[in-house]
Amino acid sequence: MKPHRRNRLALILFISFGLSVTVGLTLFALSQNINMFFTPTQVAQGEVQPGQAFRIGGMVKEGSLVKNELDLAVRFTTTDFVSDVPIAYNEASGILPDLFREGQGIVAEGSVDAFGIFQATKVLAKHDENYMSPEVKAAMDAAKLLNADESDLVNEELTK
Amino acid sequence: MLPEIGHFSLILALNLCVLLSVFPFIGSVKGDVVLMSLARPLTVGVFVFVALAYVSLTAAFATDDFSVLYVAEHSNTLLPERYKLTAVWGGHEGSFLLWIFMLSGWMLAVAHFSRSVPLDFLARVLSILGMLSVGYLLFLLATSNPFDRVVPLAPADGADLNSALQDFGFIVHPPTLYMGYVGFSVVFAFAMAALLSGRLDSAWARWCRPWANVAWAILTLGLCLGSWWAYYELGWGGWWAWDPVENPPLITWLLGTALVHSLAVSEKRGAFKSWTVMLSILAFAGSLLGTFITRSGLLTSIHAFASDPERGIFILGILVLSIGGGLLLYAVRSPLLKGGVGFELSSREMFLLTNNVLLVVAAASVLLGTLFPMIFQALTGKLISIGPPYFNAIFIPLMIPLIFFMAVGPLSMWKSTSVRSMVTRLGRVAMISLVLGIGLPLVITLEFDFWSIAGVGFALWISLSMISDFGNKIRKKSNIVEGVRGLSLSYYGMQLAHIGVAVMVAGISLTSSYSIEKSVLLQSGESTDLGEFNFEIGAARSVSGKNFSGQEVSINVSKDDIFLTELLPQRRVYFASGTPSTEMAIDAGFLRDLFVTLGEQKENGAWSMTLYVKPFVRWIWLGALFMVFGGLVSAADKRYRYLQESVDKNKKSLATYSSGKTADVGV
Repeated sequence: MKPHRRNRLALILFISFGLSVTVGLTLFALSQNINMFFTPTQVAQGEVQPGQAFRIGGMVKEGSLVKNELDLAVRFTTTDFVSDVPIAYNEASGILPDLFREGQGIVAEGSVDAFGIFQATKVLAKHDENYMSPEVKAAMDAAKLLNADESDLVNEELTK
Repeated sequence: MLPEIGHFSLILALNLCVLLSVFPFIGSVKGDVVLMSLARPLTVGVFVFVALAYVSLTAAFATDDFSVLYVAEHSNTLLPERYKLTAVWGGHEGSFLLWIFMLSGWMLAVAHFSRSVPLDFLARVLSILGMLSVGYLLFLLATSNPFDRVVPLAPADGADLNSALQDFGFIVHPPTLYMGYVGFSVVFAFAMAALLSGRLDSAWARWCRPWANVAWAILTLGLCLGSWWAYYELGWGGWWAWDPVENPPLITWLLGTALVHSLAVSEKRGAFKSWTVMLSILAFAGSLLGTFITRSGLLTSIHAFASDPERGIFILGILVLSIGGGLLLYAVRSPLLKGGVGFELSSREMFLLTNNVLLVVAAASVLLGTLFPMIFQALTGKLISIGPPYFNAIFIPLMIPLIFFMAVGPLSMWKSTSVRSMVTRLGRVAMISLVLGIGLPLVITLEFDFWSIAGVGFALWISLSMISDFGNKIRKKSNIVEGVRGLSLSYYGMQLAHIGVAVMVAGISLTSSYSIEKSVLLQSGESTDLGEFNFEIGAARSVSGKNFSGQEVSINVSKDDIFLTELLPQRRVYFASGTPSTEMAIDAGFLRDLFVTLGEQKENGAWSMTLYVKPFVRWIWLGALFMVFGGLVSAADKRYRYLQESVDKNKKSLATYSSGKTADVGV
């Protein structure tokens, strides 16, 4: 083989080796870091195993927020207006975001414990009050479909 | 009246853009000097009318004209003046107008500074930028007109600017980021013009390079400001979150970085031309993807605008047309390109190629992680998100070889460089960085921490190799002054930017390794320790501003019983929207930041709060600033300055145009 051909071959081998290693590592990393998302109704129907990490999204139910006076523990209920899931969070792992309020859409990360309580490690609320995250919106839409008869009620709640 | 003038100006600008994208282009195909000469005045016209529209909208904000829907939605009579003037980019419509304004500014700059570029080439560049502007202006006028009126009754007061945006970061981050983003449109237009004319040579690379460098530098600044703003505003002490909207600018930046290096090879050696053009298209695609993701509302993000899907489809249309067109042109014309000169496996070309491959792969893997949730949802209907661990797991291993080659590349020779000479030149640097990299963190903290050792070691590896190269270059000259003067600005720019990377790498690794935080519930008079610092809670008092009221807590920080500083975090409620907002208190320092965010006050008077100590976090942005200056300094190199003689030569070549010297023109 001529030297420049040999160089070119080495180059191609080098690049394809690098690429395949990277693609393999990337896919592996991707598969390890997928966070599934479930709606309160899916959780209530037992689609998630206790202990499995996932994200849940919905509205903070009116009147459900309880903050302890002596420590940083917080409890509230998230709802898609069909099912409710109780959530426990401790602000020792981070103060709740500014826009966390009753009636506001939130997304929480964590897992369900043996008592059916979602133990959140992180709670996200969005910075734009007009903006609803796709997850929360999807949860609401799914619930609306399930609950077509009560859709007027849901709309009323949403427009509040 | 003024909003109508603004609206009308936009329509006029659109018409001028149509003319700009048609006539100079036809002129360049036919070799008609008169038509080509229209490019400059038309560009000036586009700029004037877009600027007029922009000023009209700003005036509507300044005068509280709530009959304009966009103003009513994003401003309020109580909003401080500085935010009224900048609230223009507080929402979707206005920020897209800013985007177009930036593009017309870049076009004006191209028209003004490219006097040495042949007229037919310039006509093509401006005309392609005109085509892009047509798309953007159509989008703005058809789906997101910022001048829409509220009929028949205007509200008495506006809804207010989102309280999270009322901050200095909001004034500087969006315009800078947009300016950097849009700069890659110019590079794209240069590449397209080169493909069309078949004039893809070193001269083209030399014309294109300063624009690429400046766009890259401004994008770097935009990213840096965004990171800094997120750090102090969002209140979780993070400087990068792999948020789906943070990622596209990073992807664009990675591709832009590859492009800046590949252009160097194209200019100096005439090689990698095809690849450089491809990177120009990709970097531009990255910038469009950024707008698409932000404005379509497809992904969960703190940046997302409340938006409707129609806009997303329109932008997707622009994206497909411009990028598809670019790729098609590339496919048709690039086989005509002649390959560059050969080079050996151990050569500067090869090291720069490695750099390019790593950067592009990094960009691709960030893109994959960003878009994967969307693809997954389309295929399975299930909603997922990809967490930061994915990005860290992929990005860091790719950056390590990149950093390794950063020291090797600049010291190597074009075409061929012997491995042995590299080993002798870098052996000492490697030894010193290894010893100090392990030694310094170990001696100072008395703990073994892999990432801080790697960070310090690699930072030394880059900076020492730069210093040793600088020393060698100067030693060749008879005296130091002559040596320092003898080196080109582009060399100094490269040095600065690479040292910036070293500073940033050190900052990232040290702040990731040694940051500590804790959330506590404390009453006035109580205190707590975090690391070597003591935080003592003092009294709370009321504060108020023009459009908010709130409370402020005094916190005294001391170290070894010596008072250091008083931190005053606030909790505000904005009148117009009623939204609460925390204002962190930060004591910034060269070696460490102390920072407190305030939560709520409990019934017994205790405050919940999070305390942070973040060593070396400032180095991340300091490094980015070095890169910005590096990019600007090398763009100012005198070989990119347009000399009078080349202008004369240009005139001469124009004279020969009419005699049919346009064989290479046309597709």
